[in-house]
Amino acid sequence: MDAIILQILNGLDKGSAYALIALGLTLIFGTLGVVNFAHGALFMIGAFCAVTLQKLLGLSYLVEDPTQKDFLGNPLKVQVPYIEKWLGADLGAAIIDWSVPLAILLAIPVMLIFGFVMERGLIKHFYKRSHAEQILVTFGLAIVLQEIVRFFFGANPIQTGAPSALFGSFDFGVLAGYGPDLIIYPYWRLIYFLFALLVIAGVFAFLQFTTFGLVVRAGMQDRQTVSLLGINIDRRFTAMFGIAAAVAGVAGVMYTPILAPNYHMGMDFLVLSFVVVVVGGMGSLGGAVLAGFLLGILQSFASMNEVKAVLPGIDQVIIYLVAIIILLIRPRGLLGRKGVMED
Amino acid sequence: MDNVVLHVADVYKSFGGLKALTDIDLQVMEGTTHAIIGPNGAGKSTLLNVCIGRIPPDSGAVVFDGTVITGKLPHEINQLGVVRVFQTPEIFPDLSLLQNVMVPAFAKRDGAFRLNAAKMVTGQTDIIEDAERWLADVGLVDQRHSHAGSLSRGDKRRLELAMGLIQRPRLLLLDEPTAGMSRHDTNATIDLLKKIKERVMTKVIIEHDMHVVFSLADRVTVLAQGQVIADGTPDEVKGNPKVQEAYLGGAHV
Amino acid sequence: MLGSSRQDHLFLLFVIVLTLATPILLQPFPENSAMAQFNAGYPDLMQRFAIYGIFAMGFNILFGLTGYLSFGHAAFLGVGSYSVVWMYKLLSFNVLPGLALAVAASAVFALFIGYVSLRRSGIYFSILTLAFAQMSYNLAYSVLTPLTNGETGLQVYSNDPQYLLNPQSPTSPHIFGWAMNDSTKLTLGGWEFTFNNGYYFTAIIAILAFYISMRIFRSPFGLMLRAVKTNRRRLDYSGVNTKPYMLSAFVISGMYAGLAGGLLAAMDPLAGAERMQWTASGEVVLMTILGGAGTLMGPVLGAGLIKYLENIFSKINEGVLHQWFSWLPDWLSDSLITVVKPFVGDGWHLTLGLMFVLVVVFLPGGMMEGARRLGGMFRNKPDGKPVRSELRPAE
Repeated sequence: MDAIILQILNGLDKGSAYALIALGLTLIFGTLGVVNFAHGALFMIGAFCAVTLQKLLGLSYLVEDPTQKDFLGNPLKVQVPYIEKWLGADLGAAIIDWSVPLAILLAIPVMLIFGFVMERGLIKHFYKRSHAEQILVTFGLAIVLQEIVRFFFGANPIQTGAPSALFGSFDFGVLAGYGPDLIIYPYWRLIYFLFALLVIAGVFAFLQFTTFGLVVRAGMQDRQTVSLLGINIDRRFTAMFGIAAAVAGVAGVMYTPILAPNYHMGMDFLVLSFVVVVVGGMGSLGGAVLAGFLLGILQSFASMNEVKAVLPGIDQVIIYLVAIIILLIRPRGLLGRKGVMED
Repeated sequence: MDNVVLHVADVYKSFGGLKALTDIDLQVMEGTTHAIIGPNGAGKSTLLNVCIGRIPPDSGAVVFDGTVITGKLPHEINQLGVVRVFQTPEIFPDLSLLQNVMVPAFAKRDGAFRLNAAKMVTGQTDIIEDAERWLADVGLVDQRHSHAGSLSRGDKRRLELAMGLIQRPRLLLLDEPTAGMSRHDTNATIDLLKKIKERVMTKVIIEHDMHVVFSLADRVTVLAQGQVIADGTPDEVKGNPKVQEAYLGGAHV
Repeated sequence: MLGSSRQDHLFLLFVIVLTLATPILLQPFPENSAMAQFNAGYPDLMQRFAIYGIFAMGFNILFGLTGYLSFGHAAFLGVGSYSVVWMYKLLSFNVLPGLALAVAASAVFALFIGYVSLRRSGIYFSILTLAFAQMSYNLAYSVLTPLTNGETGLQVYSNDPQYLLNPQSPTSPHIFGWAMNDSTKLTLGGWEFTFNNGYYFTAIIAILAFYISMRIFRSPFGLMLRAVKTNRRRLDYSGVNTKPYMLSAFVISGMYAGLAGGLLAAMDPLAGAERMQWTASGEVVLMTILGGAGTLMGPVLGAGLIKYLENIFSKINEGVLHQWFSWLPDWLSDSLITVVKPFVGDGWHLTLGLMFVLVVVFLPGGMMEGARRLGGMFRNKPDGKPVRSELRPAE
């Protein structure tokens, strides 16, 4: 039993990332009708917002420390970040320590602008073109984005740590009445899961309770009728693209302590997220979220040694296998509406 | 001449709660031109879709020349000799007119599938000549090398008619062949359909233009609200009070 | 309009001459000139032109004719490579048994993947093929290690059985003793030409593959595939069973990919799982689009251009740039270098991505459409079919 709980917990953080990316993909597909192969790149760019902030905060100058001497007896020169100079040593150090959560504040405006520019500059010209062409152009864009990031940040993963206060793990086992150290779960993964839930709830609440969201939802159901009512649906859809980009971006920011970001992480997640969207049902927001968590957990179960002993290699293929089976027996996906892109 | 070619036997179909077809029973005799008429929403198009396997009926069956065709795939029904010409023209917009007509010709000659990859299309002179002949019959032979997508709507319909006719169907189903056409084009189409009368044995025409129906049909079936309300020669149907009511009732109110 | 066969024969002759003369044509600059770095007449590069040309030709039979966008063709490339190396390990370094197995194995594999994937169309088809290829890739790295040798890659070891190997046999890939890596060099003035056996072997196969693809394009079968692209549903109502047509196209296209993968291993006796990764699938899509999907020549040119630019761009580094711009004033040369640097060397993929976006946005018909737009040069174009300037999905 404890092993099962552990695997479910392990699947949650990856599932959260899948769910957040898939949610954005679905928003874009549902509103704009665009198959966005560059969405993984947005996740990656979010992650590099965190890296950028960390680097910016780390900018420092040399100062002589009178309390320390080097081996020649001269006062030792140490690197002091500017931020500690301006805001005082304690506050400055705290800000540097908390750079990942703070990067969200940077990532949201950056990603919103990024999303708008991308939609107005490129994607908008592809509404009327085929899905194959949308796939191709966004695929090309994804290559461009990841290569730009590689040019500035190099090819190697960059460690970006969580705040030191949030190191350590949470012992679920004790809480649930099992022995200690049986089910331990790092704080940051728990935070990521809760954060993902919060973002998902936020997006759903936004769509559910605001007029803006109402119009967008109506537009997802029947674009023409909404346009006939004299509502400029396109502008709202553009805004949704920005929001989807921001969701992917913050998902990337918060994921950095779990996986050191590299320039091709976007593509790795994209392929899986597309599978998630298909399993959940193209165009179904709830389906994207549900399938994201389900597949994350499923993958974590498949990596158990007991499972691998029976079905070798299952951990490598489980998600694809599920997708193939779903597409063949229930093409509209778990929660997809009947008739939406069913063939 | 008394053979029943198409027998729609007790077909019932509903969409959700809406009864589209209620116990339709209909016989089409070999060699006749059989018109199915009725006001909008009477179920004419649904009936045609059931006949070509696009929509499965809830109950009942469609029998073509002794073979039950309900449940068969569209290409199987076509291979039996039942060809449909659509109301909104269904063509291959990226192919030339000639290629458009050659595709069904190949399907007729080679069957539903043949890996005919070793021969050249240009070497298939019999098919090309045949296709050009049919294009000439519908008056499009001069444009045979242009893209079908660039044709006007009326020309697309004539092209589709040629695509159907080249298969020499045993039963041709025409879905409102003149809908949306000007009087002049309508008359041209009527002339064309009369011209092919000798070549195509049996035709079913769905139509609501009475002028077309009474110029072409040997027999008329009237549908209203998913039911057959009259069946007979054009003159019999014309005088039927039920038809008057169903058809003209709305107009008089 | 439908292409006369006389025109086709001339076109084919043109392609043959071009292919056979490649070692000369791609070596336009004398060996010691500054421009020599733009020469492309190197055996391994020319081999890649021919091999990726075959890969793209095959992909084009599926995507160009039917509009079905497969994102998993790299799987067949990998199967082909593994087949050839296994035949080396079991029999001898003769490439023929391996290539035969490569084509057969990829056909069987494509039959299975195609049968399942073709039950859906449009984006679902793309994702299904992608899923199958990624599965193959992941499995090649994990449980299939006994077959694929995992991350190390499959290669021939001295303790492999090689039952047909006798003491006189070459110990590198060959065909009946004619070693692939042997070359004849010809020096003429400042020019040096390399006529490599391996290149001519792949070139002859590429010409055959091109001929077959041309026959398919011109055949009634090819016409049916085009019809699928423009209106699949209409075909059903014309009495055509589209499924076997699509499956045949998929299998033929998979066999081309398997042959290409086999040839890669026939030139260099090594096979790694990265050949199956989805980036490799993406590459063949790029080649086909860049050249012009649905045209006969386009994908081959696209493959050649991408492999050529890859070779040239990756070689350029900051030092080379300095050399180029040395005649400019310093401030100008420095700023030029700063601008150009991200696009060359390691940054080659950035150029590739940009090129790809620009082509899809402005020139969806690829290079072939560009050439046509450029004017009358191609007026008597041998590829007699007007090519659609848009890519349609198969929906």
